[in-house]
Amino acid sequence: MSREKKAGSGRWTSGLQNIWLSVIAILLSLVITSIIMAASGNNLAEAYSALFKGAFGSRNAIANTLAKTVPLIFVGMACAFSNKGGIFNIGCEGQLYSGALAAAVAAIFLQGAPRILVIPAAFVAGMAAGMLVGGLNGFLKAKLQINEVLVAIMLNYIMRYLTSYFVHGPLKDPEASVAQTVAMDDTYMLTKLVPKTQLTTALLLALVIAVLLHFFFLKTRTGFNIRAVGENRLAAQASGIAMSSTIVLTMAVSGALAALTGVTEVLGKTGKFVDGFSPGYGFTGIAVAVLGRNNPAGVLLSALLFGIMESGAMKMSYVAGVSTSMIKVMQGLVILFVATPNLVSFLRRRKGERKGE
Amino acid sequence: MNNLQHLFSMHMVLSTLRLAIPLTLASIGSVICERSGIINLGIEGMMLSGAFGAVFGTHISGSPWIGMLVAILVGGLFGLIHALLCIRYRTNQAVSGVGINIFASGITIVLCQVVWNKEGLSGEVTAIPNVTVPGLSQIPVLGKLFEKQSPYFFITLVIVAVSWYVMYRTKVGLRLRTIGDNSKAAATAGVNVTRYRYVSVIVCGMLCGLAGSFLSIVQSNLFVKDMVAGRGYIALAATIFGGWNPFGSFLASLLFAFSQALRINIELDIPEQFLQMLPYLLTMVVLIIAGRKVKGPQESGDIRD
Repeated sequence: MSREKKAGSGRWTSGLQNIWLSVIAILLSLVITSIIMAASGNNLAEAYSALFKGAFGSRNAIANTLAKTVPLIFVGMACAFSNKGGIFNIGCEGQLYSGALAAAVAAIFLQGAPRILVIPAAFVAGMAAGMLVGGLNGFLKAKLQINEVLVAIMLNYIMRYLTSYFVHGPLKDPEASVAQTVAMDDTYMLTKLVPKTQLTTALLLALVIAVLLHFFFLKTRTGFNIRAVGENRLAAQASGIAMSSTIVLTMAVSGALAALTGVTEVLGKTGKFVDGFSPGYGFTGIAVAVLGRNNPAGVLLSALLFGIMESGAMKMSYVAGVSTSMIKVMQGLVILFVATPNLVSFLRRRKGERKGE
Repeated sequence: MNNLQHLFSMHMVLSTLRLAIPLTLASIGSVICERSGIINLGIEGMMLSGAFGAVFGTHISGSPWIGMLVAILVGGLFGLIHALLCIRYRTNQAVSGVGINIFASGITIVLCQVVWNKEGLSGEVTAIPNVTVPGLSQIPVLGKLFEKQSPYFFITLVIVAVSWYVMYRTKVGLRLRTIGDNSKAAATAGVNVTRYRYVSVIVCGMLCGLAGSFLSIVQSNLFVKDMVAGRGYIALAATIFGGWNPFGSFLASLLFAFSQALRINIELDIPEQFLQMLPYLLTMVVLIIAGRKVKGPQESGDIRD
């Protein structure tokens, strides 16, 4: 059914329909979340105004909202990139852990060298690590036809515990009570855009990458190939696109993008690798990509939406007594609704559903 | 400390068996689910909702057995949601699973606050008590297995046996395995593929719910946020490592549980992170070695028709 629809509508109508689906998914999730909140005895007006104030109440609040958006942009881009190529990257979590550790190690190892050298080196090291982990995942899929989702889940935990081993053992800061590396020199941290907040130049990098990806998919041959493989593998193969290398490349770039999440957390926020620092970015990234319909502008908007929720959640919690986890409820619902376009279109036209089963 | 002696002690055996229970239950659910052609990445969330349901059911009714039933029901409900999305609405199975995990993690914490007014923590409830089987517990050495043992141990053994029997010795099992490998052939032979899939995913949810209840009302007597702590993914690894076979799941779960028991009970020179990594590393190796020839359901994760 979806195939007929795709063939029948032009690019613009399908684009509009995509936006519609995301908007409806957000609204449906909002309605359900609100019902849950109301049923738990929360004052909705109070809760939402607290959320809004927490996210936008002051200059610093806005800056922190944007700071919370940055990792979601990177990881959302990572998921969107692989989705375009028809590969589901659930391995971002492992890729961002390895990227973060590599970046931290590079910066600490180069201690004393000029900033202009260390920051790029940390970025390169981090992205290379993410690229390796993602690329391995893609390689196993391309060459051995191993389900990429299963491999990614295994790699997630392997990288998670491997990095944990390093900061519990050989790379542990001996002074610290928790498992982490030593802190890098402050000079190697990314420049803050707003003082005394966590908003750094990482935001600019995220925006630049979004623009680059937009043109990459629209204008370059490789970008076209990746999309072709994502849309119809058989047709792509028939037209002479090298399948294996495209799949490996897709996952490697996706892994590098995911790694940027970790790199910017280290260089922008913590200044060291902290064991288990990711609050599940890899999974939120899937939500961001799916909600943003895998296109760069969409990813920016949905990352911002999630950033606003994360940022306002604390205030909503202590002003209106709504659990901060309400955000997770909302995110989970958004994923389920937006990933189910047939459900949304079913709700829009209750009739006309073919009874094919 | 004499580590070797500990390694083969009855204590280690019992500890391993106990840790294997939730893994086995969830993994068998996952086997059934994947055999019908649907991957369940929501095991973690389904176990978590079961763990919460068990405590909530016990809190309301006063009986942990009712709590167990509530856990099974809640797990089944999540299974139904996954089934509806994947089968009826053709949602990407992996995305649906991830959505369920995030939703379950959030909603259980929110409900803790609603019911007990605590952040990510429930109140204490009655746990399911251990039992000593009269007679059997008198047997030398092996009797220990029947002494102050959780009823879940016996339930799990029964489920292992029954699910293996159904899958390999009955027509229903044959049909289920056919669906996973070639749903068209099954449909041509007159099997109601859709119904088999719904039942399989829902049964998987129920088993995950049961597995979760073990964590909250047997091993402990309360719900703590995200208390499943990755066991759902270990169960998924056990599904693969066990070759998509209920008995294989049990053996794989025992192996993975053994590595957990090592980490908890014995001081080794191996860093604990490597023991934690072991299930995933082994499964990864199996995936790579088996590669193309992996004997999993051929259409798992990719339902067409």
